[in-house]
Amino acid sequence: MVNEATSNIINNNAGEFAPRVSEWRRFRRVFLSRGVVVFGIIIIFLFIFVAIFAPLIAPYSPNEPDLTHTLQNPSAAHWLGTDSLGRDTLSRIIYGTRTSLEIGLIVVSVSCIVGITLGTLAGYYGGWVYIIIMRFIDALMSFPMILLALVVAALLGGGMKNVIIALSVALMPSYARLMCGQVLSVKQNDYVLAGRAMGASNLRLMLRHVVLNCLSPIIVLITMMLGATILAEAGLSFLGIGITPPTAAWGSMVSDAREYLLVLPILSFAPGLALMLVVFAFNMVGDGLRDAIDPRLRGIL
Amino acid sequence: MISYLVRRFIQSAVVLILVSILVFMAMRLLPGDPIRMIITASNTESFSEEQIALVRHENGLDRPLAIQYFSWIGGLLHGDMGKSILQKIPVSDEILRRIPITFHLGILAFIIGLVIGIPAGVISAVRRGTWLDTLVTTLSNLGITVPSFWLGVLLMYFFGLYLHWLPVMGYTSPFTDFWLNTRQLVMPVFCLALFPIASTARQTRSSMLEVMRQDYIRTAWSKGLKEQEVILRHALKNGLIPIVTLTGMGVPMIVGGAVLIETVFNIPGMGRLAVTSVLNQDYPYVQGIILIVSAAVLLVNLLVELTYGWLDPRIRYD
Repeated sequence: MVNEATSNIINNNAGEFAPRVSEWRRFRRVFLSRGVVVFGIIIIFLFIFVAIFAPLIAPYSPNEPDLTHTLQNPSAAHWLGTDSLGRDTLSRIIYGTRTSLEIGLIVVSVSCIVGITLGTLAGYYGGWVYIIIMRFIDALMSFPMILLALVVAALLGGGMKNVIIALSVALMPSYARLMCGQVLSVKQNDYVLAGRAMGASNLRLMLRHVVLNCLSPIIVLITMMLGATILAEAGLSFLGIGITPPTAAWGSMVSDAREYLLVLPILSFAPGLALMLVVFAFNMVGDGLRDAIDPRLRGIL
Repeated sequence: MISYLVRRFIQSAVVLILVSILVFMAMRLLPGDPIRMIITASNTESFSEEQIALVRHENGLDRPLAIQYFSWIGGLLHGDMGKSILQKIPVSDEILRRIPITFHLGILAFIIGLVIGIPAGVISAVRRGTWLDTLVTTLSNLGITVPSFWLGVLLMYFFGLYLHWLPVMGYTSPFTDFWLNTRQLVMPVFCLALFPIASTARQTRSSMLEVMRQDYIRTAWSKGLKEQEVILRHALKNGLIPIVTLTGMGVPMIVGGAVLIETVFNIPGMGRLAVTSVLNQDYPYVQGIILIVSAAVLLVNLLVELTYGWLDPRIRYD
């Protein structure tokens, strides 16, 4: 009798299933369905390409002053003109992609690993661990990210490594909070209980069952945070606390060029445009990923 | 309700104390020394070790960390935030003088963000798939992307230097010259408001799309209610919670934006003060500013949570 009932249910369910489409194909279809997402992907690939092959693409050296050709208007020789030291703006923008990409990738990996670890521990163990970690995260989140990064970077004193540390500290809390929320809901699942009943250790449960099932929103967050990180780095450089000169960074290029705004506005416009394009691309790809991975996240991320 | 409020207040206070410890420790333990800054600023060739020790002693920086911390906190409770190391003036005076300026900028940006963002999002959700929707979506996607400091420079060039429509930069008190003040604020406020407008519009749109699918909206339509009634009373009110949450999170974003925008437009607000004092490593300023900003953010978060109950009576505070 019972068997008959269950088999009925199974049959009914089977009858209602849509024809099976491969998960990967569905993902690809949704992900690539919007033009702006495809545009974003192309921009990101272009950005990575330019960053890797910067020395081959850039027409001039980015840091070498040429005092005979300062503040030139755009011309055939210098497509975007030259700055007050005679350095070619286009070449500096091209080298700037390296700075942005490098900082973006390192900061995102560091902050997401630290954030995920803290969030997982807080969500999984609950109790005191949760209170201590999450209050700490709350404290970090209660002041503006750029101000936090500013303070840390100023105290450590500029330079690539210190900017990376500052931004990682400032951006880590958002991963921790998202991860903690995810873990809290995932650990309620029966398979976690089953794992525990089979005698799995906490570490194994966390890594194999909990973390892996929390990752999809994190992946979306990472994509979006890449843009945000690059933007924050530019903000710091703009304030003069980022990358030390003469290294080309888009933020400090905009800042330096402000003095010559009346003479040569393109000097400040061009780096900002590059920055905007890259951040836009990451945001759009993040949106696309979110819709493709899990449309239910639309309100959260 | 009362017990909930008390509990949340205590929680916020704990977070605030944590913030104070974090900031205090960060300022002291990370490398960087305000005394060196004084020496650089005073342009003296060399300070003898005794002089350095004397300056350090005058500012109380030679005492044990715990004592420094508690004397700072003790002062705070009396409204005394200590003296600036570099300028020798009480920090609270200068901060109080600058708060209204940043508040003025920030509150305008905040209100504009809501007033433009929510209707834009509603229209774009209701008219989904039309050119209006495409316009709003595209503009808001651009709006969350544009680097605010760059937009500031761009506007400054076009409206200030090129067209001469607006003053290029600066800040005048509205009580001295209201019209000049308004003209000066147009560009900075727009730069600050752009992100809130865009993010609110995005959130409103997705929130509305979610709600419009619900059964009760179909019921409202089939009852024969007017479009306005269905959208504002039934859909928007139920979709507001995520929007309010986002608005609360927008406050630190606006303050963070002010740091950049005040630098671009040379506005003597808290943001500008934060940058200069961080660069000078003037501990009391940095500590004071961060604590005030955190307190404001925590207060807003509390208000946000209280609005949940008003928006959705099913949410109980206990």
